[in-house]
Formats: sequence, structure tokens, C-alpha cells
Amino acid sequence: MMKHSVIITPEHVVVDGNPLMHSEKGSALLTELYRNNIGDYPKFFKMDTLSKLGFIASELLLNTEGNRSFEPREDRAVILFNRNASLQADTAYQATIQNPENFFPSPAAFVYTLPNIVTGEIAIRNKYFGETSFIVIDDYDEKIIMENLRNAFQDPMTTSIIGGWVDCSDEEHFEAKIFLMEK
Amino acid sequence: MIVCVAHNIISPLGVTSAENYAAVESGRSALKRYDGLWGLPEPFVASLLDRDVYTDDRYTIDERIVIDSISRALKETTIDVTSSKVLFIISTTKGNVFLLDKRETGFPQERVRLGMMAREITKHFGNPNEPIVVSNACISGVCAQIEAMRYLESGDYDYVIVCGVDVQSAFIVSGFQSFKALSPEDCKPFDANRQGLNLGDAAATIIYTRKNKVDDYEWVAYRGAIRNDANHISGPSRTGEGSYRALKVALGGLNSDELAFINAHGTATSYNDEMESIAIERAGLASVPVNSLKGYYGHTMGAAGVLETIISMQAVDDHNILGTRGFDTLGVTHPIDVSNQNRATEKRAFIKLLSGFGGCNAALLMTKGGQR
Repeated sequence: MMKHSVIITPEHVVVDGNPLMHSEKGSALLTELYRNNIGDYPKFFKMDTLSKLGFIASELLLNTEGNRSFEPREDRAVILFNRNASLQADTAYQATIQNPENFFPSPAAFVYTLPNIVTGEIAIRNKYFGETSFIVIDDYDEKIIMENLRNAFQDPMTTSIIGGWVDCSDEEHFEAKIFLMEK
Repeated sequence: MIVCVAHNIISPLGVTSAENYAAVESGRSALKRYDGLWGLPEPFVASLLDRDVYTDDRYTIDERIVIDSISRALKETTIDVTSSKVLFIISTTKGNVFLLDKRETGFPQERVRLGMMAREITKHFGNPNEPIVVSNACISGVCAQIEAMRYLESGDYDYVIVCGVDVQSAFIVSGFQSFKALSPEDCKPFDANRQGLNLGDAAATIIYTRKNKVDDYEWVAYRGAIRNDANHISGPSRTGEGSYRALKVALGGLNSDELAFINAHGTATSYNDEMESIAIERAGLASVPVNSLKGYYGHTMGAAGVLETIISMQAVDDHNILGTRGFDTLGVTHPIDVSNQNRATEKRAFIKLLSGFGGCNAALLMTKGGQR
């Protein structure tokens, strides 16, 4: 059963079907959403665009539940999908090694060159010890996503999933469409 | 039950599962020191495929070895891969990431997308389904098998072909070097003098199906779990939280006396091996033999979970607990049972354990035969 949903694009933010007011666009929109709705998690500024996007979307989603307790739990999974994996972070890291005359590979950039880091960021923020997973498909396909998430309830402990699509090709182009699903 | 019907490994140690097992069983390793390769300023030790053997105009090296590995596994079966009841699941962390290098011009840029790479594979085999790519850092290979089990359990597919792959490049090696995670010599899992990991190339395939009746010689993917440390994106938990929890779920009601061994991640980084020893002890498994295959293959990333499951199945078939190459003196604080020698066993089950960046951990219980 689907309970709550959040959509974020460079121009629009929709929470449970209702548009959320904002003035910025693109990467500045993510920072605006952070300042207006979260504000107490400075790790946000270290994240790559994919993690920022997934983190903000999950925060807006979880705020709809009300009474956030941050109590550790193992029954909620975080399973996200996209098309471009960690392309934005990959491109940023490649730039640090492209030129042999200016070869300074950055560990802070390298760590984000894995798409599942965003699921880890959400688990850390909320103390979720449950399943975290990241799956890449070349086109958004609701049927594939829903089939996969229904299967994830085969885990003996999972009763709830933060699931959906979190994709970005560069800092200004992204799309999140995530939801909370209960068994 | 979810049963393994065929498997294959393409690695520097061989192009069949049997060749690979024979090499590991006799203590061979493909780890070598490379100096100046790919223009990298620092030398490194890795297990690499001969690039010339896998050069191809049509497919990248990753795609080529995936196609070879799946083709060889399929040869042992009569599966019609053009059927919509067959699903392909690819496990990889970086796929064709080398295409981001501006000097690489041989293939279309779009093939850097993991989904495009996977489509090249399914197109080759004429499979009509959209391939699923699991990209869950170093635990991808076990996650892909857990996904396969679920897809088969749901009844939507008759066969799932799981292939794990990663091929090393300047991108990956320089990244691990920047983390100071690479060992300057052959890695030493769980050893007191371990200095870090080695990287490796491989593709490994397992084909699974669903059966009601399992023969005595058949391998069952019995139960798996994925759990997060909820602690740090690049450092493992000090309490082994995610690995401990994944182990507990995978083990379920099984008595630990039934386990031949735990095939650990055992990357030979200081933090990983220490964390695994904590998780194994917390899960009440300190008396179960533990081994790591990283001294033979290096860390093959997206392939590791599949490759190490295949080698471990063959070891149990051979009544053997493989020795941990590179290990000498236990260097973790929790007393686990590691040896550098092959040891005999009559037990018929093992656990494959993995952990990775993003705080993710996975455990998979594999059992032989249907009596359970």
C-alpha cells in the first residue's frame, strides 16, 4: 500500500499531490529546500547531487508521517532506482584524474561514485538498519519498480519501504519520484 | 526452493568454474605488481585479465567477458534465453566507467550507463526483458542473487541469469589509492600485518531456477539478507551492526554446526576485517571456520559475490575449506578461525558475507541438497 509521495524536478516540488512553494530552480532549489525544511544536517553540503536529491526527497517524505522519532529500526528498507547511476559524481571524479599534469584524485569525490551511497545517507540520517539497495534500469518503468519492491517484502523483517526513482545526470538536471510503501 | 543450475567464472585464473577452483585449490594467485600501467603515477598490485585477449570492436571488455561467461554457463543447460520467462540481472559497481576518459573514443558514450551496457548483453542473447542492474557497491554480487531468489519465488520467471562483472581502470585504481586502501603487496586478509586490498578483474555467472524437489548434489540459495550499518558512508560500523544483522537473518534457525565455513569479504583492509570478526562473533559463529578469497583474485567488486559463491560451492563439493592465501597471524581483536591451509570438511552449507561503501552488508546462506 502506497502511503505518501514526493516529486522533485529542477522546477517543481510536489508533496502528497500538493505543490510546495519555492523560489529557486535546479541545484539552488535543493539548497533552498534544505534551508526551509531541514537546516540541522550540515553533512548535506558535502553530498553529491544524487545524495542531496535523495536525502531532501526522503526528508520531505518522512515529514509527512509526522512525529519523527529517529529511533533505530530494522523493518524499513530503502530501495531506489535510476538511469544514470552516479554519473554526476563519476564525471566530477574523472575531472580530478583526466589531466596527467594536474592529477589529484580526490577521496571525497571518489566515495560518491557509487549510486547506493544515497541509500546509505538516508539510513544514517534515520538510523535504519534494514535493507538498502540501488538498482539501475535504462528507462523509468513503474511496472519494473513496483514488481521489484513487492518482492522486497519477502525479507522476513521488512514491513515498510522508502522506494522509487532518484536520478540525476548533472548538478542541474534531476528527478526524484519517491514514496512510502507499507506491506 | 531456488536451485543453481549452472555457473561460470572468467578470471585471470581460468575461463571455467572448474579451472578457477583447481587454481585456487592449489594455491595459485593472479596478483601481480603493475608499475606505470594506464599512466598511473603510483604502482599497484592487482589481478588483471590480458586486455589483448578481450579486445573487440563491438563490445567493451566488461561486455565481452559477461557475454563469454553467460554463454559458457548456458552451454551446460537447455534454457531458451529468448523466452520472456528468463530474466537477466547484472551486478556491477562501475561497468564501462573507463569511457568517461576523454581519450577513449572507441565506443558510444551512452554505454557508460549501466542500463545501456546491460541492454547490449540481453540484445546479444535475444532476451526480450529489460535487464536489472544491481549497483550496490561491493555487496552487489550477493544482492543480485537475493534479487534472483525473489523474482523466482514470485513465480514471474522460470530462470534468472545473474552475472557479476567489474574490470579495473585508472578511475577505480586511482580512487582506491586516494583512499590509501590499496596494499603495496599481495593482500593479507585477517592478518596482523595486513596493509590493504588489491583489486581484480572478473565476470562470474550463476543461473538459478525454482524447484519443488531438490537432488542431493544440487545447490540451494536458501536465504539471504541485506542490512545497513546506519553509521558511515565509507567506514564500517565498529559494532559490525549491518553484517551482524544480515548474518542473523541469513542463518535463521540453522544450527551453526551445519556450516562448513563463512566465506567472508576479507578485503585485508584494517577496518573491514576487524568489523567482520566482530559481526561473526556477535552472531555466535566464532567457532565456524572463516576464509577469504581476496589473496587469489583481489577484490573483484561487482563480480565478487557471485565468483566467491561459485568457488565456495565447489569447495564444499570437494569437502574442502579453502585456505586464506596471504594469512599468517590473526590480526583482528575477535577470535575467529582463519587458516592459510586447505582443511577437510563433511558439512554441506556455507555463508557468503560481504560489506561495502554506503554502510551496506549482505549475507547469503547456501545449502547443498534438499533435506532441511
